Amino acid sequence: MRWIQRLRMAMLMLFRRNSETARLDQEMQFHLDQQISENIAGGMAPAEARSAALRTFGNPTLLHDQARSTWSWNWLEKFARDIRYGARTLRRSPGFAIVAVLVMALGIGATTSLFTIVRAVLLKPLPFHDPNNLVMVYEHFHNFELGDGFNVVAPGDFHDWRAHTNGYQDMAAWRDYGFNLAGEHAELPEVVQAAGGSWNLFPLLGIQMAHGRSFTPEEDQVGANHVVLLTWNIFQRRFAGDASIIGKQVRLDSNPYTVTGVLPASFTYPDARTQVWVPYAQTLNARQYDAHDNHQSHVIARLKPGVTAASALEQVSALQYQLHLANASKPVAESAVSRPMIDDVVLDIKTPLTVLFCAVGCMLLIACLNVSNLFVARSAARRKEIAVRGALGGTRLALIREQMTESLLICAAGGVLGLAISALTTRWLATHWTTLPRAEIVRMDTTVLAFSMGLVVLTALLAGLLPAISATGKMTFGLLQESSRSVGGSTSRATMRKTLLAVEIALTVILLFSAGLLFKSFMHLRTTDLGCVTDRVLTIKYGLPENQYNTREKVVAFHESLLEKVRRLPGVTSAALVSTPPGGGYEGDDVFTIPEHPPAASVLQDDAIYRSADPEYFKVMQIPLISGRVFTDQERLTRDHYLVVSKKFADQYFSRDNPIGRHIRVSWDTPEPENYEIIGVVGDTVYDVAEPIKPTMYFPVLSGLPNQVSSSTIMVRTAGDPLLLSVPVQKQVAALDPSLPVYDVLTMQQILGKTTASQSFSATLTLAFALLSLLLAAIGLYGVLSYLIAQRITEIGIRIALGAQRSQVLRLVLFDGLRPVFLGLLIGLAGGAVAGTLIRSILFGTSPYDPVVFAAMIGSLLLTAVAACAIPAIRALKIDPMQALRTE
Amino acid sequence: MGKPSDLVQGTLDLLILKTIALEPMHGWAIAKRIQQISNEVLQVQQGSLYPALHRLEQQAWIRAKWSETETGRQAKFYSLTAAGRTQLEREKESWNRLSSAINLVVENV
Repeated sequence: MRWIQRLRMAMLMLFRRNSETARLDQEMQFHLDQQISENIAGGMAPAEARSAALRTFGNPTLLHDQARSTWSWNWLEKFARDIRYGARTLRRSPGFAIVAVLVMALGIGATTSLFTIVRAVLLKPLPFHDPNNLVMVYEHFHNFELGDGFNVVAPGDFHDWRAHTNGYQDMAAWRDYGFNLAGEHAELPEVVQAAGGSWNLFPLLGIQMAHGRSFTPEEDQVGANHVVLLTWNIFQRRFAGDASIIGKQVRLDSNPYTVTGVLPASFTYPDARTQVWVPYAQTLNARQYDAHDNHQSHVIARLKPGVTAASALEQVSALQYQLHLANASKPVAESAVSRPMIDDVVLDIKTPLTVLFCAVGCMLLIACLNVSNLFVARSAARRKEIAVRGALGGTRLALIREQMTESLLICAAGGVLGLAISALTTRWLATHWTTLPRAEIVRMDTTVLAFSMGLVVLTALLAGLLPAISATGKMTFGLLQESSRSVGGSTSRATMRKTLLAVEIALTVILLFSAGLLFKSFMHLRTTDLGCVTDRVLTIKYGLPENQYNTREKVVAFHESLLEKVRRLPGVTSAALVSTPPGGGYEGDDVFTIPEHPPAASVLQDDAIYRSADPEYFKVMQIPLISGRVFTDQERLTRDHYLVVSKKFADQYFSRDNPIGRHIRVSWDTPEPENYEIIGVVGDTVYDVAEPIKPTMYFPVLSGLPNQVSSSTIMVRTAGDPLLLSVPVQKQVAALDPSLPVYDVLTMQQILGKTTASQSFSATLTLAFALLSLLLAAIGLYGVLSYLIAQRITEIGIRIALGAQRSQVLRLVLFDGLRPVFLGLLIGLAGGAVAGTLIRSILFGTSPYDPVVFAAMIGSLLLTAVAACAIPAIRALKIDPMQALRTE
Repeated sequence: MGKPSDLVQGTLDLLILKTIALEPMHGWAIAKRIQQISNEVLQVQQGSLYPALHRLEQQAWIRAKWSETETGRQAKFYSLTAAGRTQLEREKESWNRLSSAINLVVENV
């Protein structure tokens, strides 16, 4: 507790300094008095006694000062003096101070915001028990052209991994699921995003239920009694946070589910939209439970202490290879791959976020250079004063300290303002950046505060040190003799300014270039040809619960009458059904063989993504029929094994022969693979704007394929504004089945916007930072040039007086100003090329060396530079030579 | 009695701590006591006590209290804190080590 006493002492000395000083005097006086009276008692005369006492005591003033200096606040007093002096100096040039503070506030604010987000999203540990030992395990197909090689896992593989490997403490699985939640009382039915999790998932993650209990192993069985866990969100929203819901039943897909527990508010995995959890096995049927070819699950594993991720994975991979060999005819992966769970959660955001963080860092650096530049300019104006002070014996250190104090003042004021800006922007970003994972934990705290304080100190150093050192470098008497107007002035300082400016320009170029690339790639995404006509199309999703619509006849009847009713609505030109609209996602894929072809020699298995579609679908979306025909109305009702394929499919698998009339052989869940005859080839559509086109096969939507997805999308082409029809179409659904919720009521344009939201967000932000930096660079450029011209007024005056043409003067001034710009541009181009390579992974359809972006960036920079140069240049032209000479 | 010696560097703290270990004392008494006990050999420059006292107080090794002297005047009395007692032991130990080392050199070489 000694430090408390020490702190108390320090505080006492700080706040009661005057009374403490008086007491010290009193104490010393007492001492002297004692000595004097002792001396008198020893026989000295009073006057002699006093001087003798003082002799033995020493110099009271000096000792007084020494005692005071132990109070440890001296540096603070000096500092306060510096601050007061700095504030006074700054007040003398308020314009400079305001610009500098604003520039720093922008830089520090933006950097703090991004730091807050980066820290919460990328750096904070996951809210689970011992999160560093958690990994995600995926399947890895060697002979399959699938995404990044991390393929979701089949239930059978998961069960075997869990039973027969021992590198992990435990393994749990979860998969996405969806339910129609029936409305009780007057509530509307809704589609809830759900997940199926194995019973050991929550114990594995160390999650304690807020109310009730998690699943038991018995409940995690195919066909077991239905139970459900509520997330905190739906518990509050739909059940008013009433814990008496435990043990009661809710109706999901019109089946009763008993609520066993409520998850804590902090549990938002896999994302904040998940509303309910059911046992993993209950989302599967008996065949799927053991299937090795139904890839839909995510596997979380906890490493055993002392076991490395690599060695644990090796075992799984070896086992998976055995499974692959044992199921040769099915798409079973050859090995497994794993990555830390945190990487898995932030996978898609890591690069964009890092790019953004670098962008704001760049901007902060530019802001620093700008302030630094402003300081150099001002110190040039003050160099006489500095020289005088130097001549009078002011130490260089004191002068540097003074300058640093000013810089610190500006950066601290900028920091305070920046924190306010950042508090606003951080909240805005966290709520509007819809694709940001873990956004709910983004908040400013003491670490963020400490970070921004660190930024203040760092920026103060960056912005202040260089000018301070350069300003005090030539504190010699020579400077005093130097005429303030002497031609050329202080060349070294001009060089310093130009160098700073060149660096600033280079950084701006890099930032502009990266932003340009991101923006171009975003524009590319937005204008991607989906392969169909997307305007004036409304899409509405709905899912028919399997237990209610348990026969094909019921399903067909529903779809039929809905389509018929919708088609009769005024304003509707046509309507059709599809499982997933273009641009609406992957949905699923499957492997197949072609019986007419010899067994493939290639290592790649043939696969294509699948869609189920209505015959009308191709007409509604205006997807061209290239050859053959589409389904007839009859074929969609029966299971005639007909199939329509996309152009890419035909090109890839039937490059030498006509696909019409050929077959593909798929094994859904039938014991024997079935043959489907290809009857038509249609144009390609894109499933995801950021992904290349994939071969696609279309099955009849109502044919009752066993693995047909349960949800359908109704596509409505309209004559006018498609959104005007959203309510009428929903009413038709409700008229057919009031308990059936619809969701994702979106126009095709909105679907596109949704899928490009993330790219759009980071592209817009980076562009905003780049434009701000351009503005900062322009300010810097303008400042430097006006200063340089002001310095050369006499020279210019003489030139004009001696008969120089105004155009020559203009060329001189412009060339002088633009030289650092060209230098910066050159450095920046090299840096931009490097930056382009680094962000290559988040670019779509745009080369990192895109000439258009290069040209646009150079153009906008030069334009800004010329504009910033023009004003001082024009001022130079207006110089009256006589006036200029007279002021000398 | 020879000329009063200057204090060995850094020993003033030890002397002060040791002196007030018995009872609280004011500055003058401390100076006096050191002089007396050392048979006038150690002549503390009286004034330099005060910076040292304040430093020790700042370190929370001693605490100060204003109270009345026998003569009825107000004076600042210093006493050891618990931390000061530990510090005294530490300084004593290091002094013993140092002085015996010096002794060894002086006597044997």
